[in-house]
Amino acid sequence: MAERPLSPFTKMFGESGYRWAYTMTLSILHRVTGVALVFALLGLVVWLIGASFGPAGYQALLPLFIGVPAKLVISLAVIALIYHFCNGLRHLAWDMGWGFERAAARRSAVLVVFLTAIASSVCILLLFHGSAP
Amino acid sequence: MSLRAPLARALNHGAAHDGTHHWMVQRVTALAIAPLAIWLLFALLSLPDSSYATAARWIQHSWNAVPLSLLVLLASWHGWLGMQMVIEDYIDTFLSKTALLLLSAFVFALLAASGVYAVLRVALRGVP
Repeated sequence: MAERPLSPFTKMFGESGYRWAYTMTLSILHRVTGVALVFALLGLVVWLIGASFGPAGYQALLPLFIGVPAKLVISLAVIALIYHFCNGLRHLAWDMGWGFERAAARRSAVLVVFLTAIASSVCILLLFHGSAP
Repeated sequence: MSLRAPLARALNHGAAHDGTHHWMVQRVTALAIAPLAIWLLFALLSLPDSSYATAARWIQHSWNAVPLSLLVLLASWHGWLGMQMVIEDYIDTFLSKTALLLLSAFVFALLAASGVYAVLRVALRGVP
């Protein structure tokens, strides 16, 4: 079959596709963090179920939530939550018709990454240096 | 001239049958979850320790049990809508797509029900 140019929707990148812009990375990260947060929700529900089993059941499930490896996973969940929150507000603003022009969307993208970095760092510091083991 | 009936055009639902409902519910749940998620993050980070007594006392407090149940419910709803979009976008085969859509619907329903049940069970047990 002859090689014909494809629609940008059938071929995202490359010769006939879109030129990469960093706003695209933020867009796919919104989905990635959204899917990650499903697992964070699962973790929260497992913790709640553990508590509902009483002291013995809670103690049995506790190893899943304490220690350094667990804290690293929780840190990833914290980053996902803060990113999805900030970028979600950006999406809600767009839905109101605010900031959808290219220059504004790029400025808000930088702001989202900056806020996520700052807020996640603070939360992760609290997580590792807080009183909870 | 359009062949569409005036009623169909007025309802503006097209072939998807639900118009803007999915989109709108996703936004409304997002708006509701936003403050709850930030509250939960700071509440959990400021728990003094990871003991059962601390966890149970925190969960069963009315000011925590109600927003916690709401959050589990709304996050499951929002997650279900989001996963639905991800599955519809990336899975092409009709059979796998339908199977995954049903599976995710059931998993989110189970998450919501067990989360709210767990909160209630702790909350109604009494102070440890």
